[in-house]
Amino acid sequence: MRTEPGPQGPCGAETRAGNGQASSAPIVDVSGLRKRFGSNEVLKGIDLQVRRGEVIAVIGRSGSGKSTLLRCINGLEVFQEGTLQVDGQPLRHGDAKAMRALRQHVGMIFQSFNLFPHLSVGRNVMLAPTLVKARGRGAAEVQARALLARVGLAEKFEAWPDQLSGGQQQRVAIARALAMEPSVMLCDEITSALDPELVGEVLKVVEGLADEGMTLMMVTHEMNFARKVSDRVVFMHAGRIHEMGPPEQLFGAPQTPELKQFLSALH
Amino acid sequence: MVEFTLWDIVRNLLLAVRWTVVLSLIAFVGGGLVGLALLTARLGGGRASGQAVAGYVQLFQGTPLLMQLFLAYFGLGLLGVDVSPWVAAGVALTLYTSAFLAEIWRGCVDAIPKGQWEAADSLALSFGEKLRHVVGPQALRIAVAPTVGFLVQVIKGTALASVIGFVELTKAGTMITNATFMPFTVYACVALMYFALCWPISAWSKRLERRLRRAH
Repeated sequence: MRTEPGPQGPCGAETRAGNGQASSAPIVDVSGLRKRFGSNEVLKGIDLQVRRGEVIAVIGRSGSGKSTLLRCINGLEVFQEGTLQVDGQPLRHGDAKAMRALRQHVGMIFQSFNLFPHLSVGRNVMLAPTLVKARGRGAAEVQARALLARVGLAEKFEAWPDQLSGGQQQRVAIARALAMEPSVMLCDEITSALDPELVGEVLKVVEGLADEGMTLMMVTHEMNFARKVSDRVVFMHAGRIHEMGPPEQLFGAPQTPELKQFLSALH
Repeated sequence: MVEFTLWDIVRNLLLAVRWTVVLSLIAFVGGGLVGLALLTARLGGGRASGQAVAGYVQLFQGTPLLMQLFLAYFGLGLLGVDVSPWVAAGVALTLYTSAFLAEIWRGCVDAIPKGQWEAADSLALSFGEKLRHVVGPQALRIAVAPTVGFLVQVIKGTALASVIGFVELTKAGTMITNATFMPFTVYACVALMYFALCWPISAWSKRLERRLRRAH
């Protein structure tokens, strides 16, 4: 679905033409975004455009603002300045209807899984489509079973979240987010809470999503994974995008001393 | 002098127990509904409504139920509103119960990890849907024990309504004592009847808690 660019839509020479390619318009459009916690400014003017189907890895030290940026994109954090659009849907805090519309375009996966412990695995996946998209129970169940099969957990439909391993829980969380058919998927350090031997199964699912053309933005500490899967790497430092480019360039030939230091500290 | 049998005492107390039960039910139902409304206002409303609810809770938690009963009965009377002991006791107990329940339930909602709200937010659930389908059911499970504990307090608290002339179990006990001069027997019966009301509720709460745990 195409919406017209709003008054504060992507300005400049290249506004979307009515018959233009959808891929030419950024699916996530962040401009001049500033975010403060009290007097502490954690995002100091972020400009970022993500194309449809692009896989972005956001890296940086803890406290650099990378998680905060991700959480701004689906409105979990309120920002003070700048504009943000997802799929042509502007983010307007305080407007519950606009937030609900925007969030249907954005899926999010958390470090701590955040499955609903009082619902079975299947019901976790079915909940939002039945409520928000008013999908019938039967259709929602068919979809949930298909998504669970896709993340390799077809037989866990009736299981409870606390009966699953961390890796399995995270894969359910991915299926749950996919059930809303988002245009963008945000991954906030999704393997950081996992035992090392469980990281692989989750990354494999994410890689599958990337291969299928899902637009992904992931904050990650898995540098090898970022290098392998992403189209573009964003290095954040002190609330700004410090360096940005294709993974070969950022990992192979870092330009700034901060990124060099960050990368060398990992080894 | 008239002789009173134990059955005379028990029979008259049983008649009075009805009013203790009715008063408790008014407090439970009225207090529960008002408490739920207060909780929703506190969670979903803005800053102002949150502070208003907090003030309300402080007011009723910080004053004795006895004073609230006096004020409801005599205070409204001074304003020219003619209130019966029924109305005064019902109103005072409802407000008192609602304040405590709102606070107990808020604590239970607060105990649900923030990640649950955020996950529900990310799935585009509305405030009502989050409360009804995600946070509410989880909060309910931990709310059973403190809620029932407080309701048992309310049953015993209805005894205070005797001070405004409401004849419930305690007041009936006093009246019967004055007629029979058998305080020990009468008050022992009164105590047993309170126990007979409260104990099954506590036992039911334990069963309910176990069932909610198993359902998950």
